[in-house]
Amino acid sequence: MAHIPTTSDRAPAPARLLAAGRRRAPRIRWGGLVDHLVLIAGALFMLAPSLMLLQMSTIPDEQIMRTGPSFQIGDRFLPNLDKALNESMSFSGETTGRNMFRNSMILGFGFAIGKIVIAMMAAYAIVYFRLRFAMLAFWLIFTTLLLPLEVRIVPSYEITQQLGLLNTWTGLIVPLIASATATFFFRQYFLSVPEELVEAARIDGAGPIRFFLDILVPLSRTMVAAMFIIMFVYGWNQYLWPTMISTEEGRFTLVQGIKQITQGLEGGHIPEFGRSNILAILAVLPPVLVVVFFQRWFVKGLTDTDK
Amino acid sequence: MARVALDRVRKVYRNGFEAVKPASFEIADGEFLVLVGPSGCGKSTLLRMVAGLEDITEGSLSINGREVNGVDPAERDIAMVFQNYALYPHMTVRRNIAYGLKNRGMAKDRIAAKVQEAARMLNLTEHLDRKPSQLSGGQRQRVAMGRAIVRDPALFLFDEPLSNLDAKLRNQMRIEVKALQRRLGVTSIYVTHDQVEAMTMADRIIVLNAGRIEQIGTPSEIYHSPASVFVASFMGAPPMNLMRGAIETGAVRLSDGTALMQAPAGRGGAVTLGIRPEDVHVGEGPADFDVALVEELGAHRLLHGEVAGQPFTAHVLKDSPLGPGRHRIGLPAGALSLFDPDTGVRL
Amino acid sequence: MKRAGFANPWLPVLLLLPQLTIICLFFYWPAWQAVRSSFFLEDPFGFGETFVGLQNYTRLLDSTQYMKNAWFTLWFSAVVTALSLGIALLLAVKADSVLRGARTYRTLLMWVYAVAPPVAGFIALIVFNQRWGPLTEFFAQFGWEIRIRLEYFDTAFAMIVASVWKQVPVNFIFFLSGLQSIPPAVREAAMIDNRSAVSRFWTVTFPLLAPTGFFLLIINITYSLFDTFGMIDTILRNNPGDQPVTLVYQVYLDGFRGQDIGGSSAQSVVLMVLVLALTVFQFRLVERRIHYT
Ligand SMILES: Nc1ncnc2c1ncn2[C@@H]1O[C@H](COP(=O)(O)OP(=O)(O)O)[C@@H](O)[C@H]1O
Ligand SMILES: [Mg+2]
Repeated sequence: MAHIPTTSDRAPAPARLLAAGRRRAPRIRWGGLVDHLVLIAGALFMLAPSLMLLQMSTIPDEQIMRTGPSFQIGDRFLPNLDKALNESMSFSGETTGRNMFRNSMILGFGFAIGKIVIAMMAAYAIVYFRLRFAMLAFWLIFTTLLLPLEVRIVPSYEITQQLGLLNTWTGLIVPLIASATATFFFRQYFLSVPEELVEAARIDGAGPIRFFLDILVPLSRTMVAAMFIIMFVYGWNQYLWPTMISTEEGRFTLVQGIKQITQGLEGGHIPEFGRSNILAILAVLPPVLVVVFFQRWFVKGLTDTDK
Repeated sequence: MARVALDRVRKVYRNGFEAVKPASFEIADGEFLVLVGPSGCGKSTLLRMVAGLEDITEGSLSINGREVNGVDPAERDIAMVFQNYALYPHMTVRRNIAYGLKNRGMAKDRIAAKVQEAARMLNLTEHLDRKPSQLSGGQRQRVAMGRAIVRDPALFLFDEPLSNLDAKLRNQMRIEVKALQRRLGVTSIYVTHDQVEAMTMADRIIVLNAGRIEQIGTPSEIYHSPASVFVASFMGAPPMNLMRGAIETGAVRLSDGTALMQAPAGRGGAVTLGIRPEDVHVGEGPADFDVALVEELGAHRLLHGEVAGQPFTAHVLKDSPLGPGRHRIGLPAGALSLFDPDTGVRL
Repeated sequence: MKRAGFANPWLPVLLLLPQLTIICLFFYWPAWQAVRSSFFLEDPFGFGETFVGLQNYTRLLDSTQYMKNAWFTLWFSAVVTALSLGIALLLAVKADSVLRGARTYRTLLMWVYAVAPPVAGFIALIVFNQRWGPLTEFFAQFGWEIRIRLEYFDTAFAMIVASVWKQVPVNFIFFLSGLQSIPPAVREAAMIDNRSAVSRFWTVTFPLLAPTGFFLLIINITYSLFDTFGMIDTILRNNPGDQPVTLVYQVYLDGFRGQDIGGSSAQSVVLMVLVLALTVFQFRLVERRIHYT
């Protein structure tokens, strides 16, 4: 990552040559057509299920129960949306779409912000200080990359319970932060920042805190944005941990609520596909929008750092 | 401004590598001192110890008579220009230049005035609100200079500040930097691996080789009386001709026996002979020069070939009629340097 | 570490404190607990425990249920990994070679990355709905009557389809960025040296993508092991019966439903060893690219 600009930031000659070569496409290329067909098939494979969910939410539940999805667009979307947002799925009255959406937001933002702040601080300490126990801290932190939460789920639950953190936001969010992915990425990034920058800043009279806030944090904007997207999606999509920690219905997230939604499809009455599908769409919409709109940062963050 | 004194300053890196062997020298107030040497010889290490960016393993460094070994870089009253400029990429030129002043708590209007003045001096006034990425290499270099001069430091440190520029711009900036230093009169230490930069800019040069000081002297002294074979071959383009020779029967001789001059008293045996290409008299003299190739440089020509079976280069004027073939040459006694063939030290 | 690091003694400790506290509390302590409990048998009512040595582990080996799920996990991971890597590579190569619409295709092919696994399970329930699910109808034409949650193999099939759907995008993103980072000069040289596009792919492009592929291999195996939990739980709707489940799901079932803490911990330890082995394998492959300072 070239943050210290060098004199040669023009496009390299071969790239320009290739671009020129590519623009010259004199005849119809049948190979090109096949490429497009393959890609369209792939795109449909990805897209079709969600279009189907959307279609199903516009027609009456009775009709779906009999015939399933079709190409017909009905008029039930808005009533179903209203039902999904405002009607609770359970007797407590707290599992409304609106409520679960809010809880998902708290989880997504809380996790992403908490993780990034803590990770940046730790990575800064490891990279920019002469620390006696740097090696030990490094290994303590980076060993956590090895084991996902799922393999230590039972004891993690017990400890959270012993600390009295069941059904709290702290108990939901903080244990999820106990893995060093973001710290690792920020460390890699900080190491790639030219040495001279901190040296120049020290000569300019900046101490460690000022250098961090004035220079390193603004410099890491893109990295922070990429991390935020990845972590927001990760936090929002958590399922097992919220299922275990948040048992009060007022704290259910949308992703966690999927289980209730599917159970709603089973009961003796007419399954409420319209509402369920809208809730499912609501559960994927924010992370999908974030990933699509901030695609460039997201892809860069994901691929630059993981290698 | 500042006097700087190093007393047996030594640097051993944590991996045990001795990058700078004990070095002692002084820099006078307002002097422009150039540290020159091949890449990896310890120039940056030495400069960074003066800046306070690197701990001094042994010895003492003082600025204006005060020992500053343990003093923080910000408190040494220095400014530094880096090879890659180390501009803060997210700040405008204005904020880049002002950052050091702001950290010292200078009043806003004074900062603004100083930035304006520096920008005017460096022709950066129109670019003050740009980011470094929107500037050309030469302009970035100037911003780095601006950041150094607004601080009115007692000591300027430059670490290969022109190495990232293309040849033409480098020549131009060389003159500008030197003129600026003259005008401001600030004591400066300038690190470079480019001997032309060293020769043209320095008041005094220190030649460094593998962590050791080979010679300290004015450009003229370094050029005309190199203290060692290393200095002789490192400074000057083309470098000094170096040949095997001997002191026998009262004369300094080439390896083929040609006598060149009277032997200095109390010396005998093998020596290394050195002579600058432009000091060679081509046309008459005791030695034979077999010219194989003539290199046309416009203003003058270089003749390449062999003398006594060893590579040799001579410098002739542009209208010289000499071409390939055998020519007689003279090597004037006053221009000859003699070195110990084992230690490389000047005799 | 930077060569001119700050020498401040207490600030770095302060900066590290939050991370270290969280890690000790929610990583090292639980991990240690899991290892410890795997050697104990806990009273179902929580009163006391007895040291039983390796008994929890031998119990696993003797359990036909556990071994069956271990086999399922193995071939499930293999199939999901192979399919999602293969499909993603094909799509990435095509997306890299088209001139028009490359960005649109990229967006359309990557957004599913952000879909939560339980939603993938939810979608599987609909497309494999027994009465009118589009895929059920499709396979019925070939005489295959799919009955998920009733037939072991059919359920596994639905799980695989949902996992591949969910996993193709990540692989696609990495393969595409790998392809785009191949220097244009290398491609040009290959174009001059080799006329056949197919042979060019196998001799130049594919070897250059190999490091990305190895990296993704580990990612995909880890995904099939752990991140499929929500999808499986949604498809099985809390009611696994004799349907296929992965080892991670089994840990959850035995630990929370069965209250068999010892057995569940032993299973956790087995998984830990598995992941550690995978990670060591991965680090050995990429160690040249990771610098520890
Ligand atoms: N942090 C370090 N640890 C160990 N060796 C170093 C370190 N920094 C530089 N060196 C070594 O010290 C020598 C001098 O380096 P440097 O002063 O940067 O050379 P120069 O600036 O003359 O090119 C080099 O051989 C380099 O490899
Ligand atoms: Mg250097």
